[in-house]
Amino acid sequence: MQPVIRVKGLSKRYRIGERRNASLRETLTETIKVPLRLLKSQNHEDNLAYIWALRDVNFEVHAGEVLGLVGSNGAGKSTVLKVLSRITRPTAGQAELHGRVRSLLEVGTGFHPELTGRENVFLNGAILGMRRSEIVRKFDEIVSFAEIEKFLDTPVKHYSSGMYVRLAFAVAAFLEPEILLVDEVLAVGDARFWQKSTDKMRELNSRGMTIVLVTHNMWLIQTVCTRGILLQSGHVVVEGRPQVVIEGYRRLAETQSSTERFTSTEDWNTKGEIRSLQLSPVGKWVSEREAASDSGIVLSFTAHVPTCPRVRAYVRVATPDNFVLFTAYSDVTEVPAEHQLAFKATITRLMLRGGDYVIWVGVCSDREQEEMLAQAFLPLQVRETGGSHPEAGVFWNRADWAVHRVGSSTPDSRP
Amino acid sequence: MVEPAFESVDQPDSGLARPKPRRPRPGIRKYADDRSRRTPVLFIGADQRNGLELRDLWAHRDIFYVLAWRDIKVRYKQTALGAIWALLQPLLTMIVFTLLFGRLAGVPSDGKPYAIFSYAGLLPWNFFVAAVTTGSNTLLNSTNLITKIYFPRLLVPTAAVAASLVDLAIASLLLLVIMPIYGVGFHARLLMFIPLVGLTAMIASAVGIFTSALNVKYRDIRHALPFILQIWMFLTPVIYPVSFLPARWRWVLGMNPLSGIIEGFRAAIFNVPFDWNRLAVSTAITMVLLVASCYSFRRMEQDFADVI
Repeated sequence: MQPVIRVKGLSKRYRIGERRNASLRETLTETIKVPLRLLKSQNHEDNLAYIWALRDVNFEVHAGEVLGLVGSNGAGKSTVLKVLSRITRPTAGQAELHGRVRSLLEVGTGFHPELTGRENVFLNGAILGMRRSEIVRKFDEIVSFAEIEKFLDTPVKHYSSGMYVRLAFAVAAFLEPEILLVDEVLAVGDARFWQKSTDKMRELNSRGMTIVLVTHNMWLIQTVCTRGILLQSGHVVVEGRPQVVIEGYRRLAETQSSTERFTSTEDWNTKGEIRSLQLSPVGKWVSEREAASDSGIVLSFTAHVPTCPRVRAYVRVATPDNFVLFTAYSDVTEVPAEHQLAFKATITRLMLRGGDYVIWVGVCSDREQEEMLAQAFLPLQVRETGGSHPEAGVFWNRADWAVHRVGSSTPDSRP
Repeated sequence: MVEPAFESVDQPDSGLARPKPRRPRPGIRKYADDRSRRTPVLFIGADQRNGLELRDLWAHRDIFYVLAWRDIKVRYKQTALGAIWALLQPLLTMIVFTLLFGRLAGVPSDGKPYAIFSYAGLLPWNFFVAAVTTGSNTLLNSTNLITKIYFPRLLVPTAAVAASLVDLAIASLLLLVIMPIYGVGFHARLLMFIPLVGLTAMIASAVGIFTSALNVKYRDIRHALPFILQIWMFLTPVIYPVSFLPARWRWVLGMNPLSGIIEGFRAAIFNVPFDWNRLAVSTAITMVLLVASCYSFRRMEQDFADVI
């Protein structure tokens, strides 16, 4: 069978650095300087001013497939979608798409805050590529999917963020292309709506729609995708069944050296720095529900804090789409003259269900505002072999039960 | 038959995928075959696209309407006076100009009432300035659209010009009210308004399209444009008649397409024969500018998402 999407040798080069937003004067002076620079042969820095977001990417997608694109930040997943949806032009290579293509790189593209919900449905629908008659026909369905009937004639600037996202996603859910390109847009909204939108995506696919999906969410890859591609630094490194790609993604995270395994975010906040971070046990971690004994996690990290005399440390566990599950703070500590502190946090019971999580550690100031000084994160994978139906909840927990037979003369209690 | 660069690792393995039955194709062809007539084929390549791709524009016409409609809807939101502003602005300018230039400075108006004379100039000129100013900023204001979805970008500045037409229509209604006050009657030549407005919209589009594309890369345009427009106004017979200039300098105004257009508006209002030669020159210059700006826009547009 012929593929509906065929990508051959796709490459995209971006220019980085200040010159992106060059003003006219700079361009003029640069033009004058060119002959001078040639004389001095100093053009080596020009080569450094480019990065390859994609390098010779090849893949095919067949009709009815759901292809998941995964990879760490900057691996080029979103660039693939931007090229396929014609937002940006590739530097080399080509792609062929057979069928009507619609792309959804953001929910609510073009929403105007001053316009009402009703008006924005028409605006957004047209921008996403629906004909007016099509929007009119599907209008009631869109509104009931979004569950905003009462606020239809309220400007969306007065909407809660949940309502806004629901309306925006509802419009997109009624697109009927043959090929849909989706970028991480499901990472928004509450859990119930999230479920509703993944169901919608499965339904669209079952009706024959081909979907290319960029996501960080391994659960989505596993449950919705029929095939996956793992990208690293603009190259395809693994391609195959979802499970194969997820394994590849994990191996990639594990094989990176210990200094690279955690990601420190100090570059945008120079008030402090997480210098080392270790999580034990390393690797896969079995949910304590299934582990033999209470097997908690231990986080050891050192922080360099030159700017603040008294700090608190914290450990925060979140889902990959940044939904915070809990945060555990330490007591306030004096920072010694060397500005160096070592922390060790032991969490005996995580109560997490199987899946992927992100552990953040950081230090914050002891002031009222709790200013964040340094932060770093690690991926955490919790393994659970039992059935993981999402209705069961975010956490698992145990309860001590007491059951009374009502009407019976002697109460029968069970521990 | 072009072989894929890699071996396909596996086929869809879950019950979720139920592919549509499709007839196998003999091979990749550059142009539409039997099946592709029903399913559009999109080719994406690295090479520069130079054509105007008018069919693509037409296919996305709904976006044009919706963007213009949005601009109109939003323009007077949260203003107490609303669309009255579209009347007040030209009316007050006319009053000030009439007092300042007509009475005090004694600028001639070819023997016509100066109020109507200047209003006839202000009507197309204000539209031109509004359309060009909003048009040149629209791409920057639509960054979220440009980086998130594909459609022909040409629709963005042109929709802004179209949205400015509403203000022109409102201001034109006011003209119909003032004309009898100054004893200027209605007549068939007023119908020339329609092609003249079209011509003004075209020259505004030409300038708006070009400056909007340039504005994406060089933010200097934002600062230069108001200044350029101001100078342009003095080189356009908005507050003075062409006859005000010595005959040997009139060719300068002839190069300015808005000059012919404004003279045309005046002729239409005062029921005077049109200077067809001058209108023809204005139309020709407008057409050349419009086509040139569309082509240069098309060339620049492909890097908008990377540069904006």
